[in-house]
Amino acid sequence: MSFDVQKKDDVTVIDVKGQLIVGNRQELKQKVLDELEAGARKFLIDFAGTGYIDSSGLGVLVSLSKKIREQGGELRLANLNEDLRTLFELTKLDSLFHIANNREAALASF
Amino acid sequence: MDLTYELPTDLRAIEDFVEKLLVEGRRIGFNPDRLRLNLRVSVTEALSNAMLYGNRQDPRKRVRIQASFTTREIAIRVTDEGRGFDPRHLPDPTTPANLRKTRGRGIFLIRHLMDEVNYNDQGNSVEMRLRNGPGGPVAHAS
Repeated sequence: MSFDVQKKDDVTVIDVKGQLIVGNRQELKQKVLDELEAGARKFLIDFAGTGYIDSSGLGVLVSLSKKIREQGGELRLANLNEDLRTLFELTKLDSLFHIANNREAALASF
Repeated sequence: MDLTYELPTDLRAIEDFVEKLLVEGRRIGFNPDRLRLNLRVSVTEALSNAMLYGNRQDPRKRVRIQASFTTREIAIRVTDEGRGFDPRHLPDPTTPANLRKTRGRGIFLIRHLMDEVNYNDQGNSVEMRLRNGPGGPVAHAS
C-alpha cells in the first residue's frame, strides 16, 4: 500500500492506493496522526485506488475517526467500490462514517 | 481437487496465498464476485487470526490450510498451532456499544460471508464452506 497526501484548501486529502490490511494499516494511522499533530482538522480519505480493506483496516479507520473527532476535526471517506461498501454496510460502519460517492461530494460536505 | 498448504506465521504471506486460492477458484469457474469478496475476505481474516492470535505471531509456528474446490462448493480449513479459544460467545461488533471498537469484526465477517463456518472443539481450527452463487452477504450465518 502507498498513499499520497495533498491539501485542498483546509482539507487534507489522502489517496490510499492498494489494500488497507493488517500489515500496513499503521502507516496510514501514523500519517493521519502526524497531520493532526501539525494542526490539520479536516480529512478526506479517498479509496478510489483501494480494492480491499480487512477488519484491521476498518479498525484503524474507526480509531482515526475517534481521534479526529476528539480534536474537533472531521473525517470523510470517498470512492468506496462495491465490495468496500458491502463491508461497511455489513459491519454497520456506514452509520459511523460520512461516506461520499466521489471526492467532489466529500469536499463539498465539509 | 483437494489441496494442502502450509504458511509461515508471517502476515506478508497472506495476500499472495489468498490470490493463489482465487486463481484456483476462477479456474474451475466459480462465481468471480463470490471469490473476490466472500472467499477473499473470509480466508484473509481466518489467516490473520491464526497468525496474530492463534500462533501469537510466533515465527516458529505455522498455519496449515486444507482446501477443496468443486464447481458447487469451496471448503477451506485453517488450522493454527495455538491453544484455541471459544468462538461461541463473541460480542456482536454491530451493536451501538461495540460499533466504535477497533477490533472484533474478523469472525463476524467470516460468518456473514461464508455459507458454513465450524470450529473444532479446541478452537484452533476453522472450516469455512462457500457455495457457488452470487456474491455478497450470505442469507444464513452459522
